[in-house]
Amino acid sequence: MDVDHDTLVAFAKSWGLFYLIALSLGVLIYTFWPSNRKKFERAKKSIVEQDDKPWR
Amino acid sequence: MVSTLTTNERLFALIISALVSICGLALAAVGRQDLLAAQGFIIMVFGLACVFAVAQGFYEPEPSKERLSSYYDDPIKVGIALAMAWAVFAMFIGVWIATLLAYPELTFDQGWASFGRLRPVHTTGVIFGFGGNALIATSFHVVQRTSRARMPDQLSPWFVLAGYNLFCLLAITGYLMGITQSKEYAEAEWYADIWLVIVWVTYFILYIRTIARRKEPHIYVANWYFMAFILVVAILHIVNNLAIPVSLGHAKSYTVWSGVQDAMVQWWYGHNAVAFFLTAGFLGMLYYYLPVRAQRPIFSYRLSILSFWGITFFYMWAGSHHLHYTALPQWVQTLGMTFSVMLLVPSWASAGNALLTLNGAWHRVRDDATLRFIMVAVVFYGLTTFEGSFLAIRPVNSLSHYTDWTVGHVHAGALGWVALIIFGSFYTLVPSLWKREHMYSALLVEVHFWLALVGTLVYVFAMWNSGIVQGLMWRTYTEEGTLAYSFVDSLVAMYPYYIARAFGGLLFLLGAIVGSYNIWMTIRATPLTSRREIDVPQSGAVVVPGE
Repeated sequence: MDVDHDTLVAFAKSWGLFYLIALSLGVLIYTFWPSNRKKFERAKKSIVEQDDKPWR
Repeated sequence: MVSTLTTNERLFALIISALVSICGLALAAVGRQDLLAAQGFIIMVFGLACVFAVAQGFYEPEPSKERLSSYYDDPIKVGIALAMAWAVFAMFIGVWIATLLAYPELTFDQGWASFGRLRPVHTTGVIFGFGGNALIATSFHVVQRTSRARMPDQLSPWFVLAGYNLFCLLAITGYLMGITQSKEYAEAEWYADIWLVIVWVTYFILYIRTIARRKEPHIYVANWYFMAFILVVAILHIVNNLAIPVSLGHAKSYTVWSGVQDAMVQWWYGHNAVAFFLTAGFLGMLYYYLPVRAQRPIFSYRLSILSFWGITFFYMWAGSHHLHYTALPQWVQTLGMTFSVMLLVPSWASAGNALLTLNGAWHRVRDDATLRFIMVAVVFYGLTTFEGSFLAIRPVNSLSHYTDWTVGHVHAGALGWVALIIFGSFYTLVPSLWKREHMYSALLVEVHFWLALVGTLVYVFAMWNSGIVQGLMWRTYTEEGTLAYSFVDSLVAMYPYYIARAFGGLLFLLGAIVGSYNIWMTIRATPLTSRREIDVPQSGAVVVPGE
């Protein structure tokens, strides 16, 4: 098969587009998934805690 | 140093150092009259120095199990010292070459001191020497703290740090001798590139292993940025440096890419070096040290996740904006331009997120020069990303490209964003790492801040002026349709700006020297704090090795 400019454009305009849209949807769902809220709240608060040794 | 390694690790360290020096000897032998021989000699001496360092502490008592109940900070401390040493050295070279542009006789008729050889010494020294060591040091700190886990072993962080600095040393000594691949930010030749791959893969594995041992269920967002930085830099470095050496006994190699593909691969590398080396890693720094210093959690954690994925996926496509109006197909140029403009969204999301975190704590920004370093870094990040998107637009680029505007843009990023966030992070990190109450002198932090800020502003304004004047002079036509100015005319017009630029750089260098002195005196002089006893390992704790 001859891979020329049009082949690449066709690929980019179909699969490339779908994959970027799917990716952004995935990220949005992950970010706003209700049960993740607690996890994120904890993560952002826990780094400012004064505790300087590893947990076991 | 060596006393914190277990006997097994000392043995491995000895073997690795010996292997490195043998490889150096081999290169020196097969290199014969080639410059490669001199590089081999440097590798050998470096390896032997490591052999001696390890051998000296080889029979010291083993570290106790109690070490496992504290973080492993020794390589971080050395990394900070190395970063500051590289900063002073490479910024000095920067001031030198800036002065060279106004006073070309300052090469003293030495080949090694010509602009073409010193410039990559400056860029490699600041980006990889200063920036890279700072990234390695802070990433080791951040990953352990946010994972609440100690690094899995004591040897690999040292291997990463020493090996990385060997790469930097090989690179800059090579440039001074005249060795170069002629690829921007990737000038180092094949043997140094292969070595960097080994070091970098070890770094990645070490990072993943530390994260795998985490006690926090969620991986904090700073680690995502650091991981993106390590992973993508590995990919970029390998692809852009695919080359075939003339022979194993020659320093010179030829890239496997040719023509416009080579240019595209180079700027895919070059722009993503800016994106993932000079941005993603430093955003990791920002997302940890800003909340810690301000003692306020980040404004929006969700926004930090969205901007992470935005930056990661947009930046990958932006490189071709370096090749506007070239043989590169028009649609590839347009693609790079479009993604560069879109990039403004996640970039400003990060900057806005950081500034909103400070909302309500502005009095602390006023009082605390360290926090101000971080705040101003964020402002410069916002300004530079806006300027970058703007310059990537093709018609704007026709005015700005090849002029000093580009140089000004890079330095707004490198001085204003990268260096300031490093200094802010170091001033946060140094007292806590060496268990001091505060820095040796708050006044000197303040002095450093103003030197750095004024130096950056003088530099950037000088380059904006000279860049736009250059761009306009190059495109001014007479009524007959010929160019109104010769190149030398534009060069003469640059003279005052080049002096101003060298002066701005000098102020920045002075600031870095003041900062190094302050850090040194903090380590040496200030008495131990009593408040941080929580960092002392507790005795009697049950500790499982490797846990």
